[in-house]
Amino acid sequence: MTDARTKDLLTPLFDSNPIMLQILGICSALAVTKTVATALTMSAAVICVLVLANTFVSLIRNHLPRHIRLIIQITIIATLVIVVDQVLRAVAYELSRQLSVFVGLIVTNCIILGRVEAFAMNNGVRASALDGLGNGLGYSWVLILVGGIRELLGTGKLLDVSILPTVAEGGWFEPLAIMLLAPSAFFIIGLLIWGLRSWKPGQKEAAEFAPQSVAREVEPQ
Amino acid sequence: MNAAVGLFLQAAFVENLALSFFLGMCMFLAVSKRMETAVGLGLAVLAVQTITVPVNNLIHGFLLKEGALAWAGLGEVDLSYLALISFVGVIAAMVQIVEMILERYFLPLHQALGIYLPLVTVNCAILGGSLFMVERKYDFGESLVYGLGTGFGWFLAICALAGIREKLKYADAPEGLRGAGLTFVVVGLMSLGFMGLYGIHL
Repeated sequence: MTDARTKDLLTPLFDSNPIMLQILGICSALAVTKTVATALTMSAAVICVLVLANTFVSLIRNHLPRHIRLIIQITIIATLVIVVDQVLRAVAYELSRQLSVFVGLIVTNCIILGRVEAFAMNNGVRASALDGLGNGLGYSWVLILVGGIRELLGTGKLLDVSILPTVAEGGWFEPLAIMLLAPSAFFIIGLLIWGLRSWKPGQKEAAEFAPQSVAREVEPQ
Repeated sequence: MNAAVGLFLQAAFVENLALSFFLGMCMFLAVSKRMETAVGLGLAVLAVQTITVPVNNLIHGFLLKEGALAWAGLGEVDLSYLALISFVGVIAAMVQIVEMILERYFLPLHQALGIYLPLVTVNCAILGGSLFMVERKYDFGESLVYGLGTGFGWFLAICALAGIREKLKYADAPEGLRGAGLTFVVVGLMSLGFMGLYGIHL
């Protein structure tokens, strides 16, 4: 793999993470992270759609009239999502019930339309596929991490395997009920963003309004 | 009548699409920096949501549902797997129609909404509303109220967040938390507040 290809794949992981920096695809990231299992399923579905949508749009990018490109892009994405949804219902019916409408909502997941519009429309097939994979993985690690934290602290289990023995089962761990509630996902992602930006200071946002520093005269004692 | 008011309040507050289901979050976080833009986007969502949910209800009820094509003599045909793609199409078309009507008859409002109207097409609160409508099997009247209620709830939520963020820019937050991080925490606290309404059945 050449350097440019590696860069297409790796940049979205941390340097321009779709969730943490571009703030795209938040809806699903918050709603499906109650357990690791749903987060994993959702990640796999999004990676599939993202890679294929990027590839197909990149293939036809030179034949697309500019005015109707959005409709065609959305049609391609919606078709892929329907396929993924049907496959999921056939293979893992229980999980697809838990994900409820959120698989369908991949259609309007801004990561996918954003990458298709910003990258696949201007780049070759191989680069687009890699960019899709990279962004999908960038989305997935955040999703799985948040899902892991929520499931571990909310129930003491990971993938239904008991890690921290709960009080109800005779252990010592009192499950934090708030982790199972939706708002905790906001707090976790907010803190993750804080962590990531402390690690990579280039991503910090400039203050819109800085308190003026008032020069104060030091009175002689 | 009572049931309709109950459903409206349920959709607008108890099951607020933005703060309980996190739909339309990307836009919710991106366009809530200033009050005026938030009001504009909120109104656009309200208008489109009120139209698309009932229209999608009709399409689902008369064309896609299992046995829905009985009036055409095709009783066994089940097209419900086409729901997603038809809903997206309806939403895009409705946004276009709303935009054209506004441009022709309500020019000031059209100018106020500006670029937000086309953006509503990819707002998942709109598609989510239609999908929930199917999942909960609402009839036409209920879907009308549900569309109005969810749109109103989303409008209220984004206005509330914009109000908070306008004040928040004066806060002296830690550098890494400034902007996106702090907005997430604030939205988390807001949705925690909305959880207080949880379990109320009207």
